[in-house]
Amino acid sequence: MPAAVELRGITKRFPGVLANDAVDFEAVEGEVHALLGENGAGKSTLSNILTGLYRPDEGEIVLGGSPVTFGAPRDALDAGICMVHQHFRLVPPFTVAENVILGFNQGEGKKFMVHPRRIERHVAELGRRYRIAVDPGARVWQLSLGEQQRVEILKALYRQARILILDEPTAVLTPQESASLFETLRVMADEGRTIIFISHKLHEVKAVSDRVTVLRAGKNVDTVETKDATPRSLAALMVGREVALAERVERDVEVGAPVLEVRDLWSAGDRGGDALRGVTLTVRAGEIVAIAGVAGNGQRELAETVTGMRPSSRGEVVVDGGKLHAGDARAAIRAGVAHVPEDRLHTGVAPSLSIASNVVLKSYRGSTVTTGPLLRLRAIREHAAALIKRYDVRGGRPELPARQLSGGNLQKVVLAREFHGEPRVLVVASPTRGLDVAAIETVHAYVREAASRGVGVLLISEDLDEIRALADRILVMYEGGIAGELDGRTASVGELGLLMAGGRPE
Amino acid sequence: MIRIERRLAQPRWLSLAVPVGSVVVAFGVMTLVLLLTHHSPGQTFRRIFDTGFSGSQSLNGTFVSATPLLFTGLCAAVAFRMQLFNIGGEGQLYMGAIFGAAAGIAIGDHSGWVSIPAMIAAGGLGGAAFALVPAILRAFLSTNEIITSLMLNYAGALVINYLIFDSQSYWRDTSSPTAKVFPQGKNLPDAAAWPVSHVGSLALPFGLLVGVAIAVIVWVLYTRTRFGFEVQVIGDSPRAASYAGMRTRRKILAVMAISGAIAGVGGASQDGDFRHTLDPRGLTSAGYGYAGIVIAALARYNPFAVVLVAFLLGGIQNAGYALQGADFPSGLVGVLQGLILFCALGGELLIRYRLRLARTRRTAEATA
Repeated sequence: MPAAVELRGITKRFPGVLANDAVDFEAVEGEVHALLGENGAGKSTLSNILTGLYRPDEGEIVLGGSPVTFGAPRDALDAGICMVHQHFRLVPPFTVAENVILGFNQGEGKKFMVHPRRIERHVAELGRRYRIAVDPGARVWQLSLGEQQRVEILKALYRQARILILDEPTAVLTPQESASLFETLRVMADEGRTIIFISHKLHEVKAVSDRVTVLRAGKNVDTVETKDATPRSLAALMVGREVALAERVERDVEVGAPVLEVRDLWSAGDRGGDALRGVTLTVRAGEIVAIAGVAGNGQRELAETVTGMRPSSRGEVVVDGGKLHAGDARAAIRAGVAHVPEDRLHTGVAPSLSIASNVVLKSYRGSTVTTGPLLRLRAIREHAAALIKRYDVRGGRPELPARQLSGGNLQKVVLAREFHGEPRVLVVASPTRGLDVAAIETVHAYVREAASRGVGVLLISEDLDEIRALADRILVMYEGGIAGELDGRTASVGELGLLMAGGRPE
Repeated sequence: MIRIERRLAQPRWLSLAVPVGSVVVAFGVMTLVLLLTHHSPGQTFRRIFDTGFSGSQSLNGTFVSATPLLFTGLCAAVAFRMQLFNIGGEGQLYMGAIFGAAAGIAIGDHSGWVSIPAMIAAGGLGGAAFALVPAILRAFLSTNEIITSLMLNYAGALVINYLIFDSQSYWRDTSSPTAKVFPQGKNLPDAAAWPVSHVGSLALPFGLLVGVAIAVIVWVLYTRTRFGFEVQVIGDSPRAASYAGMRTRRKILAVMAISGAIAGVGGASQDGDFRHTLDPRGLTSAGYGYAGIVIAALARYNPFAVVLVAFLLGGIQNAGYALQGADFPSGLVGVLQGLILFCALGGELLIRYRLRLARTRRTAEATA
């Protein structure tokens, strides 16, 4: 089969980083080719080179047999290469059809006057052909993230893209939505298009792709036929050694008294409207309760409201029998609520400040690091050095700005600080997002350890593997409420997916 | 082709090299301006140096010019550290001058031990009160403090003009017939005159010493206290601050009040040290508040560096008074100050990004 696209010896350097190191890559017409690798392995750089965002320092891109240079993303678009980014490139107040022609300088997109009806008809027809259900007249802001992703794919189809790159497309989808996406991709591949599917989720790669290219530390480690690979063999290629996949470790759960009780909690979202609609839940000492759900169903707001970062409009949060003052993060901290936030770089730490400053981000009011209003800088430095050692923060020095740590090590700083405060309740939101396999193991071990010490853990995650590996009980959030509860030991992906989509189990 | 790349780490030496480099580039561009306007650059720079920095007479003049700049520089630096852009140092200085003069007049001619602290306190209070207007708007209504504090500078100038020129206010001298025709402020009593410290042949205004003391206090406050820690966190990441349970609103009010108070004390120093009356014309034409922003930027918000930079710019300003004449418009000194600011802000880019000469493949092939 002819190669649709070929990368030869691509090297790309950034200051201090060799992002791509002489990578050879080839995808043929009609295949779904997965690009697998840990964060920082060079997947994004490679796709950015392919879409003309970066220029390679060395190497060449060969498209349909002839070498090309892309000076700008526009050149790649014109050559039929489209990309669906993790963060969608859509204009929310515009309709689906308007977004589809936006920036396209052929066909309807080229005309001075826009004929909405004609475009909508065309888009609707594409939707029917590829089994992509979206109303072409709807405004993008009204759509769920899953639907927005379909708009991105329609955009690529409308432009008659020969090569479609998808960057971690399933992060915003329910398992059922993922399955239907895979079907669409299959139809597109069968027509002779080339799909490049970027992911670090092994079972997805196994489910959707024909071949897999594994990147590690900027190098192409191997390209294999998917049918000959197992998740375990792929993980070993990805990490460079045999690894334990995020597997369930059963703990002897000694569940104690309730430490966190949330009763009929309501709170407003950022865009008005209620993001939380009467959430009630209980977490007992030593228990890990997971909140599952498709992104944007109120999980973030739940974490923020429980930890006092967001005011509630109704209901109460009770920690260890004491009611928390709503919207008061300091009160929550005092009551023993530790919080590992979703956005660790801008919420979990002050990125430009030193690690030392960041480890006392919450305890700077305490007596061990202060004398009256004065800070005891030496005590703070020593405390930081001790935590860096105990939590094995690689490359960490007390005076190093937090932003210079890698994601996994930054998360260790956050965890070190939060665990050190002897919490009663631990709220962890997407604790392993963007971390590599080794760091995920470490973070999971810490969360389990916290629970074993009698902390009540509320784990909020969109990663079902993570939830199934850690949770004792699983609550599924849908549209701001709890849609149902499942047992962490026995819950199946099917049941979870149904609840995540707002359905009811039989 | 030159490419701009973000620096992953900011080396320490850069934070000294860039401001110094900015000043050097500014002088370089100034050389061009002088050549274009048919002035001899060598001679002009020499005169600036002589009248600004050489000999006790020049230095004493520089101390006088540097004193208000020290206050407004600290005013800006204190607020900017928390990413709170108080552009209102100018107006806050006027308010300090109004309140300071009122205290001096009201207490009367008893003892400097009473009058001077009272003037400092009143000036600080006036400046703080004026700064609280944008602070409250920002803290509770998320109004952009750059706009509100800037606009209040005009309001402040109108108030001070009104008090002396357009009303029979408490501050206006109405005792003599000439004062009725040529409006002017009441003279402050002798007890309200701030002392001058003599060190050898140097004369240090009291306000300058107060300013240096404030710089030390600000440094301790910002690097050694819980208050300063919170300011650093809020300045770096407001999300992280709210996550850590910090009361951001209160901190906005407190920091703006401190910032305004410092400018206000600078206003009181104008009354007590130099003018001995509430003088609208002298104050509103000097542009101390705006110069303070330049100083804070060049000093990278470090209070000790503010002392140094205020002295340097004070010297240049002092030299400007001496230079200006029929052959040398005073605007040229303003041009030099503007160039320094321009280069300083440009230099900021170099601290965060690096310039790289990129060899593009295409040109390499073309020449081969």
